[in-house]
Amino acid sequence: MDIQTWTWILVGLTFTLYIGIAIWSRASTTGEFYVAGKGVHPIANGLATAADWMSAASFISMAGIISFNGYDGSVYLMGWTGGYVLLALLLAPYLRKFGKFTVPDFIGDRYYSNVARVVAVLCALIVSFTYIAGQMRGVGLVFSRFLEVNINTGVIIGMFIVLFYAVLGGMKGITYTQVAQYCVLIFAFMVPAIFISIQMTGNPIPQLGFGSRGEDGVYLLEKLDGLHRELGFHEYTSGSKSKIDVFFITAALMVGTAGLPHVIVRFFTVKKVSDARKSAGWALLFIAFLYTTAPAIAVFSRINMIETVSNKKYDEVPEWFTNWETTGLIVFNDKNNDGKIQYVADASKNELTIDKDIMVLANPEIANLPNWVIALVAAGALAAALSTAAGLLLVISSSISHDLIKKIINPKISDKGELLAARLSAVVAVVIAGYFGINPPGFVAATVALAFGLAAASFFPAIILGIFYKRMNKEGAIAGMLVGILLMLFYMLKFKFGWFGGGTKSDWWFGISPEGFGTVAMVVNFIVSIVVSAFTPEPPENVQQIVENIRIPSGAGEAIEH
Amino acid sequence: MTDKQKAKAYWKKNLKYLSILLSIWFLVSYVFGILLVEQLNTIRIGGFKLGFWFAQQGAIYVFVILIFVYIRLMNRLDKKFNLDE
Repeated sequence: MDIQTWTWILVGLTFTLYIGIAIWSRASTTGEFYVAGKGVHPIANGLATAADWMSAASFISMAGIISFNGYDGSVYLMGWTGGYVLLALLLAPYLRKFGKFTVPDFIGDRYYSNVARVVAVLCALIVSFTYIAGQMRGVGLVFSRFLEVNINTGVIIGMFIVLFYAVLGGMKGITYTQVAQYCVLIFAFMVPAIFISIQMTGNPIPQLGFGSRGEDGVYLLEKLDGLHRELGFHEYTSGSKSKIDVFFITAALMVGTAGLPHVIVRFFTVKKVSDARKSAGWALLFIAFLYTTAPAIAVFSRINMIETVSNKKYDEVPEWFTNWETTGLIVFNDKNNDGKIQYVADASKNELTIDKDIMVLANPEIANLPNWVIALVAAGALAAALSTAAGLLLVISSSISHDLIKKIINPKISDKGELLAARLSAVVAVVIAGYFGINPPGFVAATVALAFGLAAASFFPAIILGIFYKRMNKEGAIAGMLVGILLMLFYMLKFKFGWFGGGTKSDWWFGISPEGFGTVAMVVNFIVSIVVSAFTPEPPENVQQIVENIRIPSGAGEAIEH
Repeated sequence: MTDKQKAKAYWKKNLKYLSILLSIWFLVSYVFGILLVEQLNTIRIGGFKLGFWFAQQGAIYVFVILIFVYIRLMNRLDKKFNLDE
């Protein structure tokens, strides 16, 4: 069977599965809609968190970025996993004990202020929308390449699927769908990696394979460093970014991960505080399977790619090359008219441009794997994009129906009314996300990475101080969040979009890129919060009581009844 | 011990665990994977340079272990202080 038939079969089967699960586990109360009735098993929650967290960016783009940047790509590997240590140790257990529905809930109650709540809602919406547009784009990309439908049709099909199970199932439906999606995506990611690892090194474990010798007896990494030197790139195993920038970007990604509302909210869905800790552990374990395999895929595909195309005659390139050329993601321009492909670092001589995003998707084709494996990768990429989109949708809809409507605009709304509002806001959110997926504003790719900076600069300090510093009051927290997010926005607009006079790399403060600046803004947030709170009255007695209460795990069951 | 003292002692112990585990977290990622990466890269294990390995593999393995160690420590602590559910 050809690739396209296989893809239709696998995508059809997985989509039917997701919809079936959604019908079986639909939500009937707001508690089920927001937090799955707080009855999810920690391992199931770990699986769901892993799928929720690993987006189209993790599945499609990350290995490609590492493949092109080598050591510099480590910032994503460490940054997007190290954040779970912070979550498990510093946030998840206490937020679960606190026992409400959303992150703005915590900020609003802990800082006894609706201003703080609204600031938190705005931060949550900004972060979630920048993120979700990228997911819908990923869905469109997969559809257009593998099923040869128009990219916009792909986005619309994706919208309907997500809409169906997010609106019907709420958090309960999403959780169990995500469990299935994790299984699909990890299988799809591992199978080609194992195949290729055996092909190139004889070792079936990719994590060990990329440190082994190839058929010619040379270590793969040594060979790759050699190829890179030959073509004029920086060595694969050493970086080109400055040390300080690598440090700050890693920190911004870690802290941003811990501050992302759609990840945090997953820890509200389990029964007990100890389950919240456990699910963070399981989640990271499940994420680590993909994250430790990605750098192996990066090395395999980089070597395969260079060896297949470098200095080869253009007339003799394999079929995958021409397939991707038609999507515009591979561009060949024969500058010296010798009919051969020169792929080198020097931009004036380089004739080949390859989009980083295609490395994972094209990898099985480059390695000549069977057609069903290639189709499986398409189904896996869709699972990754859809699961994250659904998680984000839920954050957006609960921010509106719960934090804004129920808590501020109309506190008397009935449970049924709130549930309806939640479903309607999910519909509106899907439509907006779909619009951005079809008409992607040029800044989407740039802002997805920056969403982490924004989360780090706004939420993280307010939550940490709320738990670990009893004296922290509303004046300090609000001032800190505002200064943090505004400073981050300023830096991002100045150096990414040329506002406020713009600036180039040489103008960066302390040599820190906008991607890493979230760390600076976070530190400033901490300082402002602490200084302002020192000069303003301490929080009321009942709030200090809340803080003491969330620090001990017993009694979390009561919260279910509230 | 009164409930208040108990909660205080429990919290102090928790903070001690946190500072130890987070120091290791910092060491394997920021120190081994970033700050001392060149020095560690002179050591090789199989085909891997050690610093590069920490940045792309080792740090992640240690992160997973750290969380599971914390789960164990806290479950024991909860039992000891009778604060488990």
